[in-house]
Amino acid sequence: MSAPLLSVDRERCIGAGMCAMTAPDVFDQDPDEGLVLLLDAEPPVAHRAAARMAAGVCPSGAIILHEPESGGA
Amino acid sequence: MNDSFHTVTTLPTERPAGCPFDPPAVLTDARKHGPISRYTHPGGKPGWLITGYDMVRSVLADPRFSSRKDLMNVVDFQLPPAPPGEFLLMDEPEHSRYRKPLVGKFTVRRMRMLTERIEQITADCLDAMEETGPPTDLVTAFAKPIPTIVICEILGVPYEDRASFQEQIDAFMGGEVSDEELIAAYTATQEYLAQLVAAKRAHPTDDVLSELTDSDLTDEELRGISLILLAAGFDTTANMLSLGTFALLQNPEQLAALRADPALTDGAVEELLRYLSVAKTFHRTALEDIELGGVTITAGTTVVLSYNTANRDPERFTDPHALDLGRQAGGHLAFSHGIHQCLGQQLARVEMRVAFRALVDRFPTLRLAVPAAEVGLRPETADIFGVKSLPVTWDTK
Repeated sequence: MSAPLLSVDRERCIGAGMCAMTAPDVFDQDPDEGLVLLLDAEPPVAHRAAARMAAGVCPSGAIILHEPESGGA
Repeated sequence: MNDSFHTVTTLPTERPAGCPFDPPAVLTDARKHGPISRYTHPGGKPGWLITGYDMVRSVLADPRFSSRKDLMNVVDFQLPPAPPGEFLLMDEPEHSRYRKPLVGKFTVRRMRMLTERIEQITADCLDAMEETGPPTDLVTAFAKPIPTIVICEILGVPYEDRASFQEQIDAFMGGEVSDEELIAAYTATQEYLAQLVAAKRAHPTDDVLSELTDSDLTDEELRGISLILLAAGFDTTANMLSLGTFALLQNPEQLAALRADPALTDGAVEELLRYLSVAKTFHRTALEDIELGGVTITAGTTVVLSYNTANRDPERFTDPHALDLGRQAGGHLAFSHGIHQCLGQQLARVEMRVAFRALVDRFPTLRLAVPAAEVGLRPETADIFGVKSLPVTWDTK
């Protein structure tokens, strides 16, 4: 098993909610602090495009995408 | 070698005649020369103007560029630091001290829970419009009251205080009053908020400001935070609603598409945000010498970031000057980027989705009541762009 596709850095997170809006099956915000919650570090293929988009639009760089060089799942 | 760059000497500049939704021609022209132009601040200080999407975005994500008001190098006197609580003009760690306690109160989930209440507020406004009958000013009947009532309810501003409070905010956000009036409006707002904070401390109610009194924030800090939330909370959304409606009315085929397909609403809001970029300009100051696109920004130099030009960058958005509600407008910079990205963006989205949808559904024959050229625009000196009023009419049954 290689590293999971996604990880998050709650120290960097500013709680803008872009990830929870863009990929709600993969990310949420905790109800108290409003910071990112990673629901699925290895989302099914159907949710990966949204997860990648969420990583791309995150304003604070709090979502880390670990893309394998050759796409094996 | 910074000599060969396109030069822009004055901002703000006028928008092209007949194109109220487009950035001033000087800015669009600057972008054609490249993402960064040499620039002179109105106070005479040298700076840089950044109009390219990628470059604006990278500056916003770069902690070597400061948001601090007291470091802004645009006039020939030292600006004071931002007042306590006004965290938009602060860097870390001060910025987080204020933003952190607020984040949980403006999450996607919490804002969506307000949908029903916002639908009710919107329906009340539309009912009143129908009752009064056409023509009406959409700014006062619709665009302003919806976000004002919502943010006042969230913060806990009593209903009876709202009218005078909105007048004060209008005075210092509208860009059209004298310096004396501006200071008077600012002072009056500060005094009002000081009383409000004291009242919430004494008698907490079910609202965000009361919740915040249960923290280590001082009264002065709470006052600053409240000011930011209120000013940012309705002037921006109000101008998006009125200017957005104007833009839809001027693009009838887009309006028809939106009216026909409720599924288009969320994307339409993102596209209107991109296309209009009502919060148009922000500043950052280099904390050290920084290389950017072949330029050395020397430490202490302030750069101007043009959001509305960046959101019309042809290298990022195909046919950028077209309003295309079906496009993928995600990634626009209307809410900024980096650690200062809009705290209230999820609220603004819910408000706009609900309000635009309800408006187009309720008034299928909505149209301007005056020629488009007669719609009064805010001056470019206003922080937030928009229309002063939007006279509209419709067919009654």
